[in-house]
Amino acid sequence: MDQLVAVLIDGIIYSAWLFVAAVGLTLIYGVMKIVNVTHGSFYALGAYAAASITGWALAQGMPPSLSYPVLLGSALLVTLVVAPLIERGILRFMYVKDEVVILLITYALFLILEDAIKLVWGVNPYFIAEPYGLLGSFDVMDLTYPYYNLILVGVAIVCGVGLFWMLGHTRAGKLLVAVIHDTEVSRAMGINVERMYLFTFTFGSLLAAIGGAFTAPTVSVVPGLGIEVIVLSFAVVVIGGLGSLPGAALGAVMVGLVRSATIHYLPQVELFVIYLVMAMVLAFRPRGLFSIAEARKI
Amino acid sequence: MHVMKRAIVAVAAAALVPAFAAAQDAPLKIGVVSFLSGAAAGPFGVPARNGAEIMFEMLNAGKVPAPYATKGFGGAPLQMNLVDESGGTTVQVTEFRNMVQRDNVDLIIGYISSGSCLGIAPVAEELKKLTVFFDCGTPRIFEEKSYKYVFRTASTATMDSVGAALYVKDLKKGKIKTIAGLNQNYAWGQDSWKDFEASMKNLTPGVKVATSQMPKLFAGQYNAEISTILGAKADVVHSSFWDGDLEAFILQAGPRGLFKRSTVILTTGETAMYKLADRIPDGVVIGARGPYGPFAPDNELNQWFSKTFQDRYGVPPNYAAYQMAQAILGTKAAWERAQAANGGKRPDTDQVIAAFERLTFISPGGKVEMAIGGGHQAITETAYGVSRKVKGKMTVANVKRYPAEMVNPPDGVKAEDWIANGFKK
Repeated sequence: MDQLVAVLIDGIIYSAWLFVAAVGLTLIYGVMKIVNVTHGSFYALGAYAAASITGWALAQGMPPSLSYPVLLGSALLVTLVVAPLIERGILRFMYVKDEVVILLITYALFLILEDAIKLVWGVNPYFIAEPYGLLGSFDVMDLTYPYYNLILVGVAIVCGVGLFWMLGHTRAGKLLVAVIHDTEVSRAMGINVERMYLFTFTFGSLLAAIGGAFTAPTVSVVPGLGIEVIVLSFAVVVIGGLGSLPGAALGAVMVGLVRSATIHYLPQVELFVIYLVMAMVLAFRPRGLFSIAEARKI
Repeated sequence: MHVMKRAIVAVAAAALVPAFAAAQDAPLKIGVVSFLSGAAAGPFGVPARNGAEIMFEMLNAGKVPAPYATKGFGGAPLQMNLVDESGGTTVQVTEFRNMVQRDNVDLIIGYISSGSCLGIAPVAEELKKLTVFFDCGTPRIFEEKSYKYVFRTASTATMDSVGAALYVKDLKKGKIKTIAGLNQNYAWGQDSWKDFEASMKNLTPGVKVATSQMPKLFAGQYNAEISTILGAKADVVHSSFWDGDLEAFILQAGPRGLFKRSTVILTTGETAMYKLADRIPDGVVIGARGPYGPFAPDNELNQWFSKTFQDRYGVPPNYAAYQMAQAILGTKAAWERAQAANGGKRPDTDQVIAAFERLTFISPGGKVEMAIGGGHQAITETAYGVSRKVKGKMTVANVKRYPAEMVNPPDGVKAEDWIANGFKK
């Protein structure tokens, strides 16, 4: 029983982290039909910005309790500087090209951003451990968990619920849904699709940066941080169905729980279990769990 | 006519003298491979590169203390051809071929990852290029095959694992019922755990493995693994984690109380002990993969190396920097021994190899013997201690040293057989 509870808690914590990291990827694909590899770069940028800005602020005497809004602000700052630059400066000229070409372009941008990160921050690790232990910890069945893990779960819930609410109950969200369904008709109806693209790319990238910023206190922030995340995020959104928000949520929960159960009960297979889940889902639902039938233009 | 012949011989000889001198003084192009990007760069690759930079510069200036006071390698200045180790084994094999076939390096010193070393060794043999591994730990390299062109000047993971087992047995006074492991799922992590588990079972009969966790390299998130280990309530937790993974594990395990619940051994902990001093509580068992850093002997060479490194980079050298310096000095010792045997002329690769086999040399970490792997694999003493903060500064206490023969198998014996047979010589 104790172990089952631990599986659930660990699974939920990992799922929350995965969801925050992956949800922006599926949003961008849903609206822009771009498989955005730079998502990993924004995760890393969020982590670097959070570690360096929060570390600097703490060194200046900022009360540690303010670390959490500073983590969020750091992610916002770095995204608002970099994401519009990439979307307006490069991607908007590429939308007419094939999806595969845009995928390669975002991959090239990912490599450039990896080097840019090294130029700005160097290769030495950054640490910002204070926020992780600051809130103390709680015990469940003889296991200790920092309260910080609940913040990660809270961030995931706020991101998920906030996105659903925005898409269903705000004007901008409804316009986005229209663009998701048909770009050409949306344009014909007077929707500024270009502006929607800029908003979507920036907001999706912000979600990745928030994921990185709130992960920074638990890891060593080093070059290459975004690589592992982009691979896992792809697995999650492919399981759920590219472009589906409920799919990303379910994919993250499935992967998180299966991985956690494997580590507790059969650690030997942990290495490939995520990809086993993905392969099994794709064997029965080649377009993911939440894919919907699409009309094909002939 | 005779006069004419003599003149021709004299002119030819005169022409050859500077040519010979030029050959003697021609720079030696050495490929140096270390992680310059990725998670391993900060804690390992960059300190190792810094160690190489210092050694190349100081050797070329003839400023290294005895017995390495001659300039370069036997008078030949050294040129560094630096390559990044990141990108995986396939990339490294391509880079190795580039260094040999395109850049025409004379020899190669490098490689931190055991995966890189396992991939490079057969290629070095195929291309007949002298290659010196400076850090990677898997014992499989010389246990599974013998190589002519490959040497390793650092001890294998067996030394780290056997030393760790001996240390915790003493520390816990034999009162160990269960052990647990957290190691990376590739050659280094698997071999480290295998040797540690076998050593513990041999040294403390009846010990049980509570859990063995092997997450993938650079996974970064270890909540579930830590829960499993906490739940297992093991007396001793062994981890050979290195790079950013080690740092992430320390950051995540501390607030969850793992260091308080179990005696945790970090076989590469020295690379993180200063950076994360406020996150490592007293009592964590720290290793440095040999007698390096805080475990280094107090000799002239070590005093010079640690001071030069500290003055240049503002931080003390960690074990990766020591091991790089050790590889360069070992190669220099072999080169100059071969050159002396060659009548003072520049030696060829076969002569250097002959001189390198079974060589004993001194490094900032003390005595190094190329004693196993057919004379291609080094053994050294090792040491472990526990973390202790003294006036807010991280130190190691309760240090115990283990002679090389006590923690390394004899030549020609596989580590696992040696451990299984009760460490018999």
